[in-house]
Amino acid sequence: MTFEQSERLETVPPSGIRRFFELAEEYDDIISLGVGEPDFAPPWAARDAAIASLERGQTSYTANRGMRELRERIEGHVAEHYDLSYDADEEILVTTGVSEAVDLAFRAFLDPGDSVAIAQPCYVSYVPGAQLAGAGVVDVPTREADEFKLTRETLEASGAADAELLVICFPNNPTGATMTRAELEPVAEFAREHDLLVLSDEVYADLTYGGEHTSIATLPGMRERTVVFNGFSKAYAMTGLRLGYAMAPPEAIEAMNRIHQYTMLSAPTTAQHAAIEALDTCDPDVAEMRDQYDRRRNFVLSRFADMGIDCFRASGAFYAFPECPRDDSAAFAEALLEEERVAVVPGDVFGAGGEGHLRVSYATGLSQLKEAMNRLESFVD
Amino acid sequence: MSTREAVLDLLRENARYSTDDIARMTDLSPEEVEETIAALEDDGVVRAYQAVVDVEKVEPERVHASVELNVTLDRETGYDDIAKRLAKFPEVQTLRLVSGDFDFAMEVEGDSMSDVSRFISEQVAPVPEITQTVTHYIMQTYKERGVEFGDGHDDDRLSVSP
Repeated sequence: MTFEQSERLETVPPSGIRRFFELAEEYDDIISLGVGEPDFAPPWAARDAAIASLERGQTSYTANRGMRELRERIEGHVAEHYDLSYDADEEILVTTGVSEAVDLAFRAFLDPGDSVAIAQPCYVSYVPGAQLAGAGVVDVPTREADEFKLTRETLEASGAADAELLVICFPNNPTGATMTRAELEPVAEFAREHDLLVLSDEVYADLTYGGEHTSIATLPGMRERTVVFNGFSKAYAMTGLRLGYAMAPPEAIEAMNRIHQYTMLSAPTTAQHAAIEALDTCDPDVAEMRDQYDRRRNFVLSRFADMGIDCFRASGAFYAFPECPRDDSAAFAEALLEEERVAVVPGDVFGAGGEGHLRVSYATGLSQLKEAMNRLESFVD
Repeated sequence: MSTREAVLDLLRENARYSTDDIARMTDLSPEEVEETIAALEDDGVVRAYQAVVDVEKVEPERVHASVELNVTLDRETGYDDIAKRLAKFPEVQTLRLVSGDFDFAMEVEGDSMSDVSRFISEQVAPVPEITQTVTHYIMQTYKERGVEFGDGHDDDRLSVSP
């Protein structure tokens, strides 16, 4: 008897991030700019609400779709912040992080042989998620010349027109790119023309600098073909509490919930209590964290400019995506780790269009960030 | 946020940020930062730069107390007059007029409890307008000016994550 892997799993390569994590783990004195989560703790009020719910023994399963009190608040929050209108009863599904929600959507809407167009570089889960659902992936590499925004031209050149599904994520991990309403319009037009469903991961929406976040679902004719994802990991610094949500028309949420009810039953209850408090009272905490990230973003970009490292002005999430000063970004990142004890992630692990760049996370305190920049400067000199 | 607010925000967070770092974080030139700081000082917005010290670690014997004061006013004497007089004493670290059961909240420090007691009984209580003093000796400070005095929060995140 052997554990022979399924053919489907064979199609999924091991995570490039994982390899880099193992390299970084060999040193105990590194400054890591390779972290994809906030350095803040969740707002105290949210943590306190979670603790209080545990003290009251509120640890049973919740409704499959999530606590109604939470879904109502999500309905109010996205209406107020992003001009999105989704019904708490039928159009919102609370999940174990956005990752679960994206996986549900792949499994709910894809058949073997379907194809998924994925705007890249992107979060590392989309491609394997689509493959595990039996679909083929069409790489849609965004370009530095476009500041890593998705354009109609790129969509056309990549063959996305023949796909069933388009996956986008703005503000973007790993590039920090954002897209305005005007920039999203040609993408929406393309999706309508070619009858694509759109999965829009907007988990970094609240971390947009110098402008407002626009959801593609607010564009004409898009609500009925889009699933919007958001969650509490980034803006509320609640990564380990594992809480996200999906918003879509009733039939889409119904389909995703049919998988969710068997595979997850319900999202973590303690986290849902924290999330209710977060939406009720923690806007000022989010604003304070955003201000901090914004300063660090300015700091890092300014240091890159002085070092002669080319970097477009990322305007969202907590990442900068500079050009790698040497040819091979993986080799550069390894050498930087070994010689200067600074961890960054080579861009190629985030898919097509990432090679030649580095993901630099500024979710790290300023003194560490400053020391890391000093080390990087001496390394590239 | 205006330039002035942005710079002030950073100084309040950490008054030791260099001009260069403040300039980078706010996207201003170092000259603009220097001018803004000079204006904040000239206008009396920024009064001083001081470290937040855990005195327990350096002067464990030194005594700090929080003192409640009640006063009576008359035609010639207002709160400001009394405050000006009290504020001159070097023992007085903080002095505020407050609402509620008493009038002034005052923080004082001295080398010993008897030192502080003597100061209150010989210098403060005899002020004619002061009708009552209640002294609370501070036994432990957990948080000061927004800074917690605990062990801090370890970064237990994975060193590299997606």
